[in-house]
This record gives sequence, structure tokens and C-alpha cells, in this order.
Amino acid sequence: MLRRSMVKLLLGLLLLGNGANILIFLTGGLTKGKPPIIDEAEKTFTSAYADPVPQALILTAIVISFALNSFAVILLKKVYATTGSDDLDSLNIQDLDI
Amino acid sequence: MITNFILAPILLHMFTAIILLFFWRNIAAQRVISVIGNFFAFFLCLRLFLATEEFGYLIVQVGSWEAPFGIIFVSDALSSIMVVLTAIVSLAVGIYSTVAINPSRIKYGYFVIFHFLVMGLLGSFLTGDIFNLYVWFEVVIISSFVLLTLGGKKLQMEGAIKYVTMNMLASIIFLTAIGILYGITGTLNMADLAVKINGVQNVGLVSVTALLFFAGFGIKSAIFPLYFWLPSSYHTPPSAIAAIFGGLLTKMGIYAMLRTFTLIFQPDEFMQNVFIVIAVMTMITGALGAINKRSIRRLISYLIVCHIGYLIAGIGLYTEIAIVGVIFYLMHDVIVKSNLLMITGIIQKIRETIDMTRLGGLYKDYPKLSIVIAIAMFSLIGIPPLSGFWPKIQFFGESLRTEHYVLLGAFIFASFVTLYAIARMWSEVFWKESPKPLTDEIDRFARLSIYKKVALVAPVTALSLVSLYLGLNAGFFYDLAQRTAVELMNPELYIDAVLNGNYGK
Repeated sequence: MLRRSMVKLLLGLLLLGNGANILIFLTGGLTKGKPPIIDEAEKTFTSAYADPVPQALILTAIVISFALNSFAVILLKKVYATTGSDDLDSLNIQDLDI
Repeated sequence: MITNFILAPILLHMFTAIILLFFWRNIAAQRVISVIGNFFAFFLCLRLFLATEEFGYLIVQVGSWEAPFGIIFVSDALSSIMVVLTAIVSLAVGIYSTVAINPSRIKYGYFVIFHFLVMGLLGSFLTGDIFNLYVWFEVVIISSFVLLTLGGKKLQMEGAIKYVTMNMLASIIFLTAIGILYGITGTLNMADLAVKINGVQNVGLVSVTALLFFAGFGIKSAIFPLYFWLPSSYHTPPSAIAAIFGGLLTKMGIYAMLRTFTLIFQPDEFMQNVFIVIAVMTMITGALGAINKRSIRRLISYLIVCHIGYLIAGIGLYTEIAIVGVIFYLMHDVIVKSNLLMITGIIQKIRETIDMTRLGGLYKDYPKLSIVIAIAMFSLIGIPPLSGFWPKIQFFGESLRTEHYVLLGAFIFASFVTLYAIARMWSEVFWKESPKPLTDEIDRFARLSIYKKVALVAPVTALSLVSLYLGLNAGFFYDLAQRTAVELMNPELYIDAVLNGNYGK
């Protein structure tokens, strides 16, 4: 993300976002092959089960980050069209004006 | 009290936005519908505030999933104050935008997005679930992205890149923090988190999570090393958009900090020091940035950063009186900053520029308007008895009492620089002889119809009166802030209300 190129900035953001999602997945705890469904014979859970909440969180986060990232892609394209440059440093000209 | 009424203002803004979608190309209809929507939302928010005052905590458990399992919305004193502030500012800016925003922007859905933005703000102030807070934050930032880039000028695009990148980064940090927090506690309800966090063995991980939250909210509220996106993007959009950003968006970060750091993570000595050091740096850098600016809008952007430092310092001191100061200052700051940014728009209409060296003589040309503007400017400095004065006393007194002399020095320095910057702005823009006389050709404001003039000036006047009222009736607002601070400093009240159903009154 620290590169000067806008495309690489975007790639950095994408990677970081996916990293955060996987982190939620891991910290939520992985339980293999135990869906959170109660057997017909039972009233409550009898053994450890996979927690569905992290998956719900990630699903929400993926949808949101999809929207944000597609906005960012369009924005970068538009910036490239108006300034004709992929270099982030070339955008700072207006900041010099106090 | 359990009531669905909490959701009413949020839903009203959502439905207003949806109705506006049906009038996509009809500018006149959009203006009228938006103002009507804002009016109703204002009264609903006021009603919500009064109900919270009367009944204590208002709670709705969405889908009747009882806390801590479902998503809940909670309206306590702090939330309801923020809701009313949002309502006041959105009504004022909404009316102001009917004239200030040009038709081509309205045609591309300015009002639609505006209402979604306000909906997101209200949602984030009212939710009692940390992941839901994240979702509302995203609603707000994606709306703000669109508002910032709407119009597509080159300058706007350049500002937007920084804004978008930093805000996406903040969201990712926030999301990471939520993920870790869920991993160590297994819950997302804020009240339940506050209980379970005490039982966590791994204290180091809790501190790291607290710092992650601090960084995430810090980017949003523009604190010291992370504020650079603010001055380089806030001067690019039209003044109405800048007004709602400058007034409410940075304060949303402060609200989230107040909430998480009084409820979930009570700051220990280390966290308090982090807050105070960052606050001092924020005040000094913001103040230094404001000194040499020629554009009024840039000057105000840096003052926003500078005054965020006050709020962070108040949270860092973490005494009841300091929190009173924070809440009072929030009320004052939201009103005044939105007002000043709208004023820059009017000045631009009158003189076609907001560069101080090319402005002047406004007092001679528009004496009445200048008085209204003066109230807003002098409130910001905090000349007694105007609104900025009262919370500053709390800050000064508390930093002296707790022997944070460096912080006290920073407060005084930042106040002086604010005084200097505003005094310079006043003399340059209003008193100095104008470098070129005001002709009818330049003055687009004089050519507007009387209705349009009212739509521009009335919101500014109203907000000036609100800040005057805040200052002159300070006793009432001090009591209000104090009750809020007591609630915040005793999180068990909130926890009791959410988990056990003891709603206070």
C-alpha cells in the first residue's frame, strides 16, 4: 500500500481486507464437521459445534468490502482519466497552495 | 423502556431517500421532499431525546432476539444528544443545500445520498452492537465517498483518493479489532462485551485490541499522525457537503471512542497517557497548520483537527468533569463547525473566492450578515459567555487539577492560535479594505431571489442562534452534560439496562 502507483495501492487494500476477513474466521475458532444443528432426539447441543456467527460477520464484511472496492476501482479509473497519471505523488500539487 | 420508536428517525431518513429515488430527474420535487423529510426527522429526533430524558434507557431488541444474542438499539443520554445534534445540522444543511448545491449535482442524486448518510449517522449513534456499529460506519463512509466525488472535478478526485484510502484502512482496522474481540469474548453486544472482557485471562491481547480500536476510530476522527487526509480533502467538495462532513463525520469517531472507552475498555494509566500525548500533538499540529493558511476553508479544516485534540484530551483525562467538558464541547463544536463551513459557501457566493488575501470589506457590504457570522466565529474562540467558553473551563480546570501541565500548556496554545486565526480571518475578510471593489458582476449572492437568499442565510442564522443559546443557557446544558457523564462513568447502569432490563427511570 505504500507504493506510489495507484493500482498497487488498490491491490494492497484488497489484500488487507481479505486478511481481516480470514482473521475473523480464525479467531472465531475452527470446528470441523460439526454443523450447529441439534439432533432430533436432543433438546440442546451435546458436543462442541461450529460457531455460525463469524461466518455471518465475514459474509457481511465481504459484501461491504466488495462495494467499497468496486467504488475504489471506479474512482482510480476516473482519477487516471482526469489527471492522466498513475503516480500518487503527482496528486499533491494542490496541497502546496496554502 | 422497550420501544420501537428508536428506529423511527432512521427509517424516516431511509424512506425519504427511497422516495427521492422516484424523483430522480425532478430537481424541484427533490428539494421539497428532502426539506420535508428533514423537518419530520428533526421532530422525531427531538421526541426521542425527550423520551430518553423521561424514561431513561430506551431499548429495542430487533426481531425480539433478546440481548446479548440479537442486535439491539439503545438510546441513552449520549446517543440522544448526538441524535439531536445530527437532526439540527442535517435540517440546517438540508435547507442550505437546496440553493447551495447546483442542479447538476442534485440530478445525480445528491439528496438521496445525503439522507442515506444521515441515516447511517443516526444508526451508528443508536446501535448497541459493535458489529452493527461497523456496518453503520460503512453506510456512512460509502455515502460520504459519493458525496465527496459527486461532480467529478479534478480537485475533488485528488482529495477523494486520500479520503477513500484512509477511511477504507480505518474500516479494516476496526473490523480486525472486532474479529479479535469476538475471538476472546465470544460476543458482540457492547454491554455483554463490557462484562465478559473482565474475565479474559490474556490482558495483553485486550490492550492490543483497545489500541486497534483507538487507531481505527482515530483515523476517522483525524487525530495526530493520521489526520493528513482531512485538510487535503475537506476543502474540495461544495460547502454544504463540507459542512456535514466537518460537523458530524469526525465527531462520529469521537462518539465511538467515548462509547468503547467508557464501556468496554476502561482506560488504564497507559491508555490515558496515549490519549493525552496524542491529544497534545493533535492540538499543536492542528494549530500550527491553521496559522499560515490563506484559504478560509483550509484554515477551518485545520481548526477541526486542532479541536479534535480537545475532545481526545478530555477522554484521556477520564474524570467526570473532563467528560462533562467533552460532551459540552461536542455539542458546541458540531454546531459551530457546520455553521462556519456553510458560511464559507456564502462568502464564496458573494466574492467568488475564499482566499483571504483577495477578500475584504464584507462588513461594509453586508453588515447584518457579518454580525451573524461573527457570533459563530467568536463562539469558536470561546469568548465568554459564548458556547466555546464553558467546556474550555472544564478542560483547563481538570488538566490543572490532575497536574497535566503539558496538556494545560497545549490547551492554552491551541486556544490562542484559534483566537489568532479567527481574529485574522475577521480582520482580513470583514474589516480590511477590499482589494477590488464589490461589483454586481462578482456578487452572485445579491442577484439571487429573496427566497434563495433566505434559504442560504436562515440555516446559518439558526445555527448561530443555537450556539448563542448554548452559551447563554449554559446551566441547562451543563446539567445535561453532567447527567450524561455520570451515565458514561458508571457503565454498570448501561449494562444493567441492556442485560437485566433496569431502565433507570
